[in-house]
Amino acid sequence: MSAVLEVRGIEKQFGGLRAVDGVSFDVRQGEIVGLIGPNGSGKSTLFNCILGQFEPTAGEVMLDGCRVTGLRPSQLNRLGVGRTFQLLQVFPRLTVRENLILAGQEHQGSMLGRLFGARDAGLSAEAERTIEFFRLAHLADARAGGLSYGQQKLLDVAMAFMAGPRLVLLDEPAGGVNLTMLADLRERLETVNRERGATFVVIEHNMEFVMALCSRILVLAEGRIIAEGKPHEVRRNPKVIEAYLGH
Amino acid sequence: MRSGLAWAAVAVAVLALALAPLGLGRYDVYILTLWLVTAVAALGVNLIVGYAGQETLAQAAFLGIGAYTSALLAKAGVPFGLAFFAAGGISFAIGLAIGFPALRVQKHYLAFVTLAFSVFVWLVIRNEEWLTGGVMGLKDIERPSLFGASLRPHRLFFWFVLAIAAALTFAMWWLVRSPWGRAFTALRENPVRAESLGVNVRRYTLLAFAIGSAYGGFAGALYAPLVEFIDPAPFALGPSLLFLLMVVVGGSGSFAGPFVGAAVAVLLPEWLRFAESYYLLIYAALVILMMAFCPTGLVGLAGRLWSLRRRPARMAEDEGARALGEAKP
Repeated sequence: MSAVLEVRGIEKQFGGLRAVDGVSFDVRQGEIVGLIGPNGSGKSTLFNCILGQFEPTAGEVMLDGCRVTGLRPSQLNRLGVGRTFQLLQVFPRLTVRENLILAGQEHQGSMLGRLFGARDAGLSAEAERTIEFFRLAHLADARAGGLSYGQQKLLDVAMAFMAGPRLVLLDEPAGGVNLTMLADLRERLETVNRERGATFVVIEHNMEFVMALCSRILVLAEGRIIAEGKPHEVRRNPKVIEAYLGH
Repeated sequence: MRSGLAWAAVAVAVLALALAPLGLGRYDVYILTLWLVTAVAALGVNLIVGYAGQETLAQAAFLGIGAYTSALLAKAGVPFGLAFFAAGGISFAIGLAIGFPALRVQKHYLAFVTLAFSVFVWLVIRNEEWLTGGVMGLKDIERPSLFGASLRPHRLFFWFVLAIAAALTFAMWWLVRSPWGRAFTALRENPVRAESLGVNVRRYTLLAFAIGSAYGGFAGALYAPLVEFIDPAPFALGPSLLFLLMVVVGGSGSFAGPFVGAAVAVLLPEWLRFAESYYLLIYAALVILMMAFCPTGLVGLAGRLWSLRRRPARMAEDEGARALGEAKP
């Protein structure tokens, strides 16, 4: 199948520090790719370069074969790229439903159409479906700031799916989520992948979670990809073991 | 049900306001009109600061831009309607420009940028005598006429301002309830996350400044014919600070906040007239006390008192229900 995302020689320099040092990889339609590596290996910086948060020092990002390097995050999002951040990022003073409508509204109609059109931007039904799908129904009208950490995390992920993205980059979705909810989250992600054909790239430290979820794993260390392959291959790779355990 | 009640309350409030001048003297009607004009400008500050989470110390400058624009156009024989929209339009355009620094700097740095702009406008008004009359100001600004009837009588002018203020308030209410309002709130709460969800943070930031400043301009266009004489003083930095204070005192980010804050700013000097020069001291002390004990402003304070008053009542009901339950065989 064709590559949804192509990353070509991405570099990111922060002063004297080269956080990402020439990373290239492809993600094909419908894949769930894991991105792992020790702390400080450049995973989140790489995400931020791909998603327009940072401007890469060198390299290119292609979406469906089109160059998207240098586009702003909102433009990339409107091209169908969703994301979550490492730290929890919901809008605490909006309700769960409002958070979801916000996550989809900029994909509906024009600026002026949104000003004079319906208050929900025609997204109430879609928000309801998403709320059901992520099992947040009993919390629909609660303020996001009042939810438990795990519930907020679920909402955070749900928001990334509101606009029906083709590609979603998740930065540590399992961080700080309890075991029951973790299984739930994995199952939801697998369902979206199966039913909507959504493609994922997932940064994760929880090895059990990432190995079970992903079909392919990339291992990053000191800004470079040091290994790539199926979960069981990567797990036995001596370079990977060395990177994690140190010299 | 609840929204029906809210609409009824708004209708009653507007009706009461419309009837108020009938029982008031000339000066009181003037104060009431000034309150409406001030509240319109404060609505704009609330959009920029309260909803969109930006900073502005320049609303009095926009009031000045609107006032001088409408006064100069009126003197040139332009009808009020046109002058009014010109005042709003020019303020919208300049507000858009003022928004650009907000894309780069935030919080108090942004406040300083708008502060510099505020001083700049004041200096232009004071020094460009050929246009603005300098410190001598512009005299004899005529009040507009409607359908051939002059709005010079204070009650007629009040109703005119009330109608415009009501329309502008409705427009603001519509705006903050629309998806735009949701995007403005997102800007305030987490611009990085908002951007990642497709919200064009740059465009919405500029729009918040432009629309909020336009409200300053509209208020200015009403202010000039109200006072009939304008000079640079009310458009200096001090009054700009006062506008920010109104929003904070009223309740930043609450829709009714600007009306309450403007009422305090306009009426308190009248009530504290006996205190003479101590007035500012008392005002300052009240603000400090309120910020310490109720940072959500007077609207927030009212909400807290309301829930305090209701809670005992509800508890009593529960007690009653329990007693009834126990009484059942």
